[in-house]
Amino acid sequence: MKRLLKIYLDKPEMTGIVFLILLTAVFEIRSDGVFLNAFNLQGMLGLLPETALVAIGVTLLMICGEFDLSVGSVFALMPMTMGVMLADGWPFVLAYPAGMTVALLVGLVNGIITVRFAIPSFITTLGMLFVARSATIVISGGFPPVIPPDAMPKALFTAFVGPGDMFRMSFLWFLAVALLVSLMLSRTNFGNWIRATGGFLPAAQAMGIPTARVKIACFMLCSLLAGFAGSIQVMRLGAPLPSIGEGLELQAVAAAVIGGTALTGGIGTILGGIIGATLIRVIDNGLVLSRVDANWFKMALGTLTVGAVILNAWLRQKSRAIRVETER
Amino acid sequence: MTDPIIQVQGLHKWYSGVHALNGVSLDIQPNQAVGLVGDNGAGKSTLINILSGMQIADEGEIRFEGRPVQFRTPRDAMDAGIETIYQYNSMVPTMSIARNMFIGREPLRASVGGVGILDRKAMREASIAALRDVDLHLRSPDALVGELSGGQRQGVAIARAMHFKSKVMILDEPTNHLAVKETQKVLGFIQSLSELGITAIFISHNIHHVFECCDRIVAMARGEIVLDRPTSETSMDELHEVL
Repeated sequence: MKRLLKIYLDKPEMTGIVFLILLTAVFEIRSDGVFLNAFNLQGMLGLLPETALVAIGVTLLMICGEFDLSVGSVFALMPMTMGVMLADGWPFVLAYPAGMTVALLVGLVNGIITVRFAIPSFITTLGMLFVARSATIVISGGFPPVIPPDAMPKALFTAFVGPGDMFRMSFLWFLAVALLVSLMLSRTNFGNWIRATGGFLPAAQAMGIPTARVKIACFMLCSLLAGFAGSIQVMRLGAPLPSIGEGLELQAVAAAVIGGTALTGGIGTILGGIIGATLIRVIDNGLVLSRVDANWFKMALGTLTVGAVILNAWLRQKSRAIRVETER
Repeated sequence: MTDPIIQVQGLHKWYSGVHALNGVSLDIQPNQAVGLVGDNGAGKSTLINILSGMQIADEGEIRFEGRPVQFRTPRDAMDAGIETIYQYNSMVPTMSIARNMFIGREPLRASVGGVGILDRKAMREASIAALRDVDLHLRSPDALVGELSGGQRQGVAIARAMHFKSKVMILDEPTNHLAVKETQKVLGFIQSLSELGITAIFISHNIHHVFECCDRIVAMARGEIVLDRPTSETSMDELHEVL
């Protein structure tokens, strides 16, 4: 029994799950049952993949011990690259990979600068936040490019599917990515290297792990997912605005932290990041349905972030007090 | 006498003007437990960093089992059979024992280009066996290393080195920050290594610990070896004298 309790207390995403259940219950009651009805769920699940995909990348990178503030800008830059090319008459099969390549390049530059010059990634990616946002506006000329209708296979990403049209295609893409990244982290040797690199860098280096390459790979994956998420939003909206994704980087960090990811690296799960992203969507939506002034959203988000970290630290302390696994 | 397992010839290392190693030559016999002592900055860390592939010598030659070797990364040294256990631990506290045992050398069920799916069952079973071999009784290989005591962690590190059939184990201040009882346990590990056919290089600034478990004492000062004797032919006083 004690052991079972400890296993649950040790799960970093535990706090997030508790908050998610609590808030869902509160909003369900406060909104007179509107919150969990099919129509509202459909709306929430349609938006979730965009934040959640970014959160997955940021969570992975934070577990690896690094940080990416440029995801919000990449979220705009990738689809803008694609949009400008499409407006110029390029086919989707070229424009889409081109956008993804730009996202990967941003991640590569973030990674190389951080590792090569031993700069805190907070600084590197803060710089990249401005650079990538500026590049987005420059290539667009300040106006969203006019993408010819049917230039994008929107149905592949935004069509409603499933029982009662509950999900958008983007939700399936998100599920697939979430599953793949989770398995990569927990079941492959590369995942082991990521956790070791973030958990205790000197040990990882001493054990011969190519930590520089591991970090750069995580930066690239994080950027790629941010770009992918941006492209989904643009297909949903129909046109790439230069301003999309502003503030998303901090929401993604909040999602990761609410989900139990440690800023210091080594601790966290992909599921936690997803739960964090879901919580953000739930608060955003639930406040509106409860007829609370929307300006309270950031207040709630901020309180939740700090509260989750405090609760997490407390749970970890409790868990450590239960000693069942050490010497017999 | 058998052929030495490690032969170091005329090793030099400079750090921006500082001569950290000044022509160090040292032969180490197989199964020997060598105690390497010296004050801070004497060059002992530089010497073992070169032997473990963390640093590259500016000059000089290293032979391992008679063959000249050039370790460029820690992995090169590990693959040759030299495992290093560091002062601040070569373990990741936020990971389980089983995962720590195999960091960088994970058994895989399938792989493409060096990346693949972990064989978690093999990892658990091998961890349990390896811990039992060093007489370390931990209930579960899934426990986090961060929950172990300092002595237990060093035990896991030694179990890991033994699992990978290391021929030489370099222990860099393994008894630092350990309680007396834990220290005794680690010294016991070191003493048992020669029975298992493992050569040990034990770095410490605690001369008592070195005398307790080593066959031979090598003392360094200012980048040179200043004393090299079997433990039975020297004394703590003599050692204090040269340091």
